[in-house]
Amino acid sequence: MNSIKPYLRLAGLEPLVVRPETNFVNIGERTNVTGSKMFARLIRENKYEEALSVARQQVENGAQVIDVNMDDALLDGVHAMTTFLNLVQSEPDIARIPIMIDSSKFEIIEAGLKCVQGKCIVNSISMKEGEEKFIREANICRLFGAAVVVMAFDEKGQADTLERKVEICTRAYKILTEKVGFDPQDIIFDPNIFAIATGLEEHNNYAVDFIEATRIIKRNMPLAKVSGGVSNLSFSFRGNDHVREAMHSVFLFHAIKAGMDMGIVNAGQLVVYDEIEPALRELCEDVILNRNNDNNEATEKLINFAETVKAKGKEIIKDEAWRKDTVEARLTHSLINGITDYIDIDTEEARLKYPRPLDVIEGPLMDGMNVVGDLFGAGKMFLPQVVKSARVMKKSVAWLFPFIEEEKKNNPLAKQGSAAKILLATVKGDVHDIGKNIVGVVLGCNGYDIIDLGVMVPADKILDTAIKEKVDIIGLSGLITPSLDEMVHIAHEMKRRGMVLPLLIGGATTSRMHTAVKIAPQYDHGVVHVLDASRSVTVAGSLLNEESKKKFLQDTGSEYEKLRDDFQRKRTIKQYIDFNAAQKNKVQINWADYNPVVPGFTGTKAFDAADLDLISRYIDWGPFFIAWELGGRFPQLLEDEVIGKEATKLFEDAKSLLHKIIKEKWLTAKGVVGFWPANTDGADTIVVKRGDSVVKLEAIRQQIKKAPGQPNFSLADFIAPADTGKPDFIGAFSVTIDGIEEHIKRFQDNHDDYNKIMLQALADRLAEAFAEWLHEQVRKEFWGYAKDEHLNTEGLIREEYTGIRPAPGYPACPDHTEKIKLFDLLGGEKSTGIHLTESLAMYPASSVCGWYFAHPQSQYFGVGKIKPDQLEDYAQRKQMPLEEVTRWLRPILEDEA
Amino acid sequence: MTDLKKALQERILVLDGAMGTMIQRHRLSEADYRGERFKDWPSDVKGNNDLLCLTQPAIIESIHREYLSAGSDIIETNTFNAQRVSLADYHMESLAYEINFEAAKIAKKAAAEFTAQTPGKPRFVAGAIGPMNKTLSLSPDVNNPGFRGLLWDEAVAAYYEQVSGLVDGGADLLLIETIFDTLNAKAAIFAIKKYFQDTKKPELPIMISGTITDASGRTLSGQTLEAFYISLMHAKPLSIGLNCALGAADMRSHIEELSHIASCYTSAYPNAGLPNTMGEYDEQPEQTAHFLEDWAREGFVNIVGGCCGTTPDHIRHIAEHVKQFKPRQLPVVETAIA
Repeated sequence: MNSIKPYLRLAGLEPLVVRPETNFVNIGERTNVTGSKMFARLIRENKYEEALSVARQQVENGAQVIDVNMDDALLDGVHAMTTFLNLVQSEPDIARIPIMIDSSKFEIIEAGLKCVQGKCIVNSISMKEGEEKFIREANICRLFGAAVVVMAFDEKGQADTLERKVEICTRAYKILTEKVGFDPQDIIFDPNIFAIATGLEEHNNYAVDFIEATRIIKRNMPLAKVSGGVSNLSFSFRGNDHVREAMHSVFLFHAIKAGMDMGIVNAGQLVVYDEIEPALRELCEDVILNRNNDNNEATEKLINFAETVKAKGKEIIKDEAWRKDTVEARLTHSLINGITDYIDIDTEEARLKYPRPLDVIEGPLMDGMNVVGDLFGAGKMFLPQVVKSARVMKKSVAWLFPFIEEEKKNNPLAKQGSAAKILLATVKGDVHDIGKNIVGVVLGCNGYDIIDLGVMVPADKILDTAIKEKVDIIGLSGLITPSLDEMVHIAHEMKRRGMVLPLLIGGATTSRMHTAVKIAPQYDHGVVHVLDASRSVTVAGSLLNEESKKKFLQDTGSEYEKLRDDFQRKRTIKQYIDFNAAQKNKVQINWADYNPVVPGFTGTKAFDAADLDLISRYIDWGPFFIAWELGGRFPQLLEDEVIGKEATKLFEDAKSLLHKIIKEKWLTAKGVVGFWPANTDGADTIVVKRGDSVVKLEAIRQQIKKAPGQPNFSLADFIAPADTGKPDFIGAFSVTIDGIEEHIKRFQDNHDDYNKIMLQALADRLAEAFAEWLHEQVRKEFWGYAKDEHLNTEGLIREEYTGIRPAPGYPACPDHTEKIKLFDLLGGEKSTGIHLTESLAMYPASSVCGWYFAHPQSQYFGVGKIKPDQLEDYAQRKQMPLEEVTRWLRPILEDEA
Repeated sequence: MTDLKKALQERILVLDGAMGTMIQRHRLSEADYRGERFKDWPSDVKGNNDLLCLTQPAIIESIHREYLSAGSDIIETNTFNAQRVSLADYHMESLAYEINFEAAKIAKKAAAEFTAQTPGKPRFVAGAIGPMNKTLSLSPDVNNPGFRGLLWDEAVAAYYEQVSGLVDGGADLLLIETIFDTLNAKAAIFAIKKYFQDTKKPELPIMISGTITDASGRTLSGQTLEAFYISLMHAKPLSIGLNCALGAADMRSHIEELSHIASCYTSAYPNAGLPNTMGEYDEQPEQTAHFLEDWAREGFVNIVGGCCGTTPDHIRHIAEHVKQFKPRQLPVVETAIA
């Protein structure tokens, strides 16, 4: 006769029956905002579609259940859980497996249970707040038909000894089976995995306690299950995945033997017990089983071992098995893994195999790049990897190029590919192109033919080329605010010329709002703001397909229409005060009690070649990773579960290139710094004395209505007014990293976009670091107003020092034209070689400049929007036609986007 | 309910057949649906079959009697859509409790008379709880998969009200049927369990009957049969089974699978084949009966009946054909893992 076993049965769209032979159930841990920074960020930014890919990735990596946790103080947990789980339900490849609804707030758990048709696991309930609450919550779980994780936690606290673990679990089991009516197989205990090898002796037995508790629980309550969060165990080895993975495997080996049924793990990262190097395995065994561990002896040994692993770095073991595959598979492998070692011989082999060289590109190479594109789209590859893939692709194409040319010569009518063409350019007056280069690489990887016109490209050249080359899309990039106007101009020109191809807008200074309000109305055939490189692929894809194009442009159009409405509505919300009133509400500084420090010198001092090695220690790496679209805080992002591995690789590559730059003196750090006597006129003009002449700097003042007691800031407020009788000073600097061109060209000739972009990004960081170092020298020595300052890099990045160094064109002094005065004071172009473009961008692009203010109350601020009364006053002060001032200050004028 | 459990051990029980098919035969007009009470109701009500419990109780009772005469052990109340979410189509949310109460009363009266005539064959009333016209797991908007047209709390409240009407009206058991979306069924179970916890009344047995919509072998909300069963096991149902969408020919393999994995009784009430181009069901009573006879012989089922297109004639044939067979034996539910 038929019999039914009392197995734990769970279900998503498909069943999961936990049988004795199941051995161990992997519960995916990454869809957890408390455990994965990446997932938390996606949820916080409402990027649920991308968050779904995190879930999908876990399923693909073999998770049999996914744990979903939305416990974050910044999130509406109920809303986030509901939204995410509702979306999961419509993704059959994810919804296939059961969900573990994880929260310390029961209302979030209930919200989750209301969304899922399958049989879930609730994680967790406990007797922490007494039996009554425990019973009530358990009953609700039962009404939903969920299995429950019971944490070994009672009114007295979390169980940390073997006895308490067993005692609490036994008590909970009795209550659940006898009072609530739970089936014993639906009860899962979490007897708490704590960190071991922390150096505290009382922690040393935690793993043993867990394993022994598991053994007793499974003996006394054989139908119940035991689970736990495994990564807690190795918490004290954060940053050393090699040791952590080994510890997890050794721990699970023993815990599973004792009866542990499931665990929350990073499924992709478990190593096989047998494959752990014996020495490490032995050390892990000692630490986990608390053997040979008197006076923390075993712990010390493992820590020592961990140090050696760290010092040694990851051993590079080359797995060459893929070389035995077909040539197509090898090309794909090289593309995905960014390997250039074999690309020439493999390409040659493919060329001989295929009828025509072009077939190699359109066949195996494009197939391989499609895989790369898909993996990138699915969040399984990251930007640095894609750029490396592009390098492989370019090298392969370069190998084929002469053969294609040869063929063309012999047969001019042969079909020569028909990929869609995309023209990219950084607009006139702007010199920044890292982002544009990345977009070019990513689009290139997706099979588009990229025409990159470089930087400072006039509108006519862009449009003439677009027409001549019959491109399908134009993409414009810009980093400084004047570029926005240039983009508006180009859109206008496109309309005038009757063009019909779509226009993409990108770059740090651009925004969806500005695009919607200012650029899109100029041109009727599609203007789309593209947030970053990864977004460019889908946008280009949608635009190049005749079917999807119409809908995409319609959707974008109505989205921008809405933004324009919002903008019209919103701009009346902020209140501005009259310029007079703003001037009266200046920063209150007690000048009587302040004696300005006299700088060590007045006039300027130049640096022809500052010490790059020294400067490199001042690098703020955060923006470097942002340039590569790897977000997060540095250095924590190196350990991020999703991007950590790639970020670490990128960081290693960056450091090694940086080392080379410094050692081989590729680049020169040039700079100039100067100080001059200065006082204000009591309002917004700073009068700088250079010898016998006078330079008047004009500051702009905040005009937004402030809360009582809050001043309307102007940089002029930080300099003593002349009528105080106190002689004050102002400083200025400009720095640049020179000599990048020849190296860029070399990388370019070598089809190496990866190192080209890397070098540009590093030069930018070095310029910033140079400015940071110089500012420190200024505070401690040259000006010397803060001789006793002691700050580490982090303190510098957090700007914990006294005084500021705002740059013209940035929020505190948004007028780029003041940069002309700054350069003039510093001795013009000859002192550093920095050249100002017509939009007042600095070339070389890796340059930084700014004013120095020393007063302790000086601080960074954003001017925000200003009213016409200040604009007129400002124009008069500057003796510049109103029309011209209006053009330069357009982004900060009220009523402008 | 000892009678019901005793009967299930002794024989295969027979449900009734389609209610809608039988109502159609009466060719009722809008005015018939409205009756005296709703003659001024602002919206059309024709097609609101459940309303007939209030406006044409004699017709409903006569249909119940026809099925009871044909041999039904269990008849279903005429309440397939009688909860406020579905009744909103007719703006009749406020009648939800009353329709269920009256429906149970009508069915109970007919069943009681037949039980009195043949005490050896007691008759039972199953309060029918349908799937609702909105679903909890699926988005009605293809462009917004996270959107839901119905919220869990609304569904639970609606089912709770329906259950209270059915229980107060005298239903002997509750039948959650034609389940397209398991989450709706979970809401029904939640409501039922909550109702009995709140009222402290003895819980009535629950029959659960899902619908496999097509050849994929899955429910409309995407679950496999086993996942469907696992997701609803916590109801501790009297029976689990399938109805609707498929004719018996296509339902066989699923019923066979269910008979292996279910620790409770199993039920099956297929349509009278698949609808023809006119939307009518052509399968003749003896044809349907032959399929069910085969399932009975194989030991797949404990409760059988008919869904769309089946008539008292079908039920009569089914009852005749299955009575010679022993019911499916309940599997042994082990309490230890060997």
